[in-house]
Amino acid sequence: MPIEILMPALSPTMTEGKLAKWLKAEGDAIKSGEVLAEIETDKATMELESIEDGVVGKILVAAGTEGVAVNTPIAVLLGEGEDASALSAAAAPAAAVPVAALVPLPAAAEPVYASFKRQTVREALRDAMAEEMRSDASVFLLGEEVAQYQGAYKVSQGLLEEFGAERVIDTPITEMGFAGLACGAGYAGLKPIVEFMTMNFSMQAIDHVINSAAKTLYMSGGQLQCSIVFRGPNGAASRVGAQHSQDYASWYAHCPGLKVLAPWSAADAKGLLKAAIRDPNPVVFLENELLYGQSFDVPDDPDFVLPIGKAKVERAGTHVTITAYSRMVQVALDAAELLKAEGIEAEVINLRTIRPLDIATIVDSVKKTNRIVSLEEGWPVAGIGSEIAAVMMEHAFDWLDAPVVRVCGADVPMPYAANLEKLALPQIEHVVEAARAVCYRR
Amino acid sequence: MAAKKKERGASEPTPEELVRYYREMLLIRRFEEKAGQLYGMGLINGFCHLYIGQEAVVVGMQAVAGPADSCITSYRDHGHMLVCGMDPKGVMAELTGRAGGYSRGKGGSMHMFSREKRFYGGHGIVGAQVPLGTGLGFAHKYTKDDGVAHVYCGDGAVNQGQVYESFNMASLWKLPVVFVIENNKYAMGTSSVRHAAGQELYKRGAAYGIPGEPVNGMSVIAVREAAIRALEHARSGNGPYILEMNTYRYRGHSMSDPAKYRSKEEVTKMREQHDPIDQLKEKLLADGLIDEAGLKEIDREVKALVTEAAEFSQASPEPDPSELWTDVLIEA
Repeated sequence: MPIEILMPALSPTMTEGKLAKWLKAEGDAIKSGEVLAEIETDKATMELESIEDGVVGKILVAAGTEGVAVNTPIAVLLGEGEDASALSAAAAPAAAVPVAALVPLPAAAEPVYASFKRQTVREALRDAMAEEMRSDASVFLLGEEVAQYQGAYKVSQGLLEEFGAERVIDTPITEMGFAGLACGAGYAGLKPIVEFMTMNFSMQAIDHVINSAAKTLYMSGGQLQCSIVFRGPNGAASRVGAQHSQDYASWYAHCPGLKVLAPWSAADAKGLLKAAIRDPNPVVFLENELLYGQSFDVPDDPDFVLPIGKAKVERAGTHVTITAYSRMVQVALDAAELLKAEGIEAEVINLRTIRPLDIATIVDSVKKTNRIVSLEEGWPVAGIGSEIAAVMMEHAFDWLDAPVVRVCGADVPMPYAANLEKLALPQIEHVVEAARAVCYRR
Repeated sequence: MAAKKKERGASEPTPEELVRYYREMLLIRRFEEKAGQLYGMGLINGFCHLYIGQEAVVVGMQAVAGPADSCITSYRDHGHMLVCGMDPKGVMAELTGRAGGYSRGKGGSMHMFSREKRFYGGHGIVGAQVPLGTGLGFAHKYTKDDGVAHVYCGDGAVNQGQVYESFNMASLWKLPVVFVIENNKYAMGTSSVRHAAGQELYKRGAAYGIPGEPVNGMSVIAVREAAIRALEHARSGNGPYILEMNTYRYRGHSMSDPAKYRSKEEVTKMREQHDPIDQLKEKLLADGLIDEAGLKEIDREVKALVTEAAEFSQASPEPDPSELWTDVLIEA
């Protein structure tokens, strides 16, 4: 059958090109691999090689023609004893693009626990890892100073002793390397917990978090999973300056293929970290150094685990909803107490999971309060508050009696000076003021 | 493609094995030529990096791979997949972005995987596969499965910092990894003399105590011999090994690269005097291991496989629109 030679696409962006020169004339014999013509693309002049052996039957586009669209027939190649006959080029039908639907997770009631023990966040995190390592031999921990030093912030205290150096691994200071190594181990079916000494250093490794962990399931058509947890302290600590004080929640929450968790209490820390380790997907787990030493009641139950994707209403209220995560939950609760004295009952939602965001819980609350303040430590631009504001427009517009207000970290790198650092971070009074504003009580 | 059944430590390839290597190299060559043609026809789009000229490297390595060994490489990955035993139909259909592709059309040329064949991609970020592959080595050691990770990268990748982070950890923890540097002399358009301080890339692990050696990457027999040494070293618990394969790609970096940074004479000289397939063909004929009829039969067989793959890749439907939303997360 005669073969129609089409104008080739010679670069990913090429839509048309110039047929610069024919190196064969009609009637010339040509072999597979021989150069047939020269094509000028948007980038360069490229040689067009013949696809098959044959004879040039007809040249359809003259040399020197500019703006020849890709896939335009430019010549016909004939096999032995053939002459040119009509060939139909089948056009591929355009596929419809479906629109993303936001489906909130179904609400599930948290079980009630009979007994609790008082624990610090640090102990809760350690216990979560230890329990999961006991029950699953493929779980291991690696990071800087996690083993012999017992953790830069003492989160992995005792784990080396219990699990040995094969499963609790001190790495060199080499974030990109060990994050990549852990992703590879995850491909092979192990379940790594990667501790970043702080999430600030995860910037060295973000290529692996996004490109190697988050995207692989999709790129492999569901074949290759990477069950991995990237954890470490996130956000401002105290007086450590710009490079060590940043909230990465919105950075990671931006990326499909990741789950992003940000616990506040010790119960959050334990229940969510256990869930993160068990989850077959890559999870970014944002802790907070200032919370490590704080104590909370943690359910004293070996089966205690929290659902990913579910927020918690920490305080019920009817006048205004305040959403927060990590250390800012306490700020919101403190603000709620001050507001109470003014007759404003705030409902405080501890987001717990940043991605997927528990839209249903927030919307349900706003349907009751008709007002919402989003509180976060991170910067305002493209932040979690921006996302919540958009979600409110999409899902709760008719219930809002006031515009959504964001309380965020100041839009500056973190200063060192004590007074400036305080000014850069959301304070209780900022939240109180924002709540008054949406309640028109200023 | 039954390469993995080979006994470890065997030094000389049998006549049957040599013929098999010829067939495997020819399959890659013809497959890549067909991919280039389909690209020109607009059936394959985006980035497409052909392996033509470098066939001896992966065929020689895989010839002596152990049964549990894993393999990972960069975006110039079609040859690796074929020799790891992946189906040419599924690879070609991924190139055309169809539902029958290995990643159901969602990965493309640079992103294909097969857990079954222990091929872990297909990675598009230069050098990223090196720590990932070191992690495969970590898993081999952790699970004590006697496997070695074959971690391929180009001469361009060895200037990435994460390669040295990987060398350090692999050596420190004695991980079973063979780093295969496919030195095809050009990092995209920048020749190795312009991008690498020191041309002996096999020495790049010296500071970490990793032995390395240069290999004639245009000779499948030389590659195979070096691979036996390297794999034995890594498998015996001695840690990683570096093989610098001196090789050459005949085509541009990707389909859109006119390769004006090198002379036609240079390419012609490599094709005519050092072609890995021609060299092995001459040896097979000279040693009387096969005759012209036998070669023709292999040609026919390979061509049929490639034609079948090309036809499948065009007949396979585009992925269902619903596929857009699947495989983002595993539902726990």
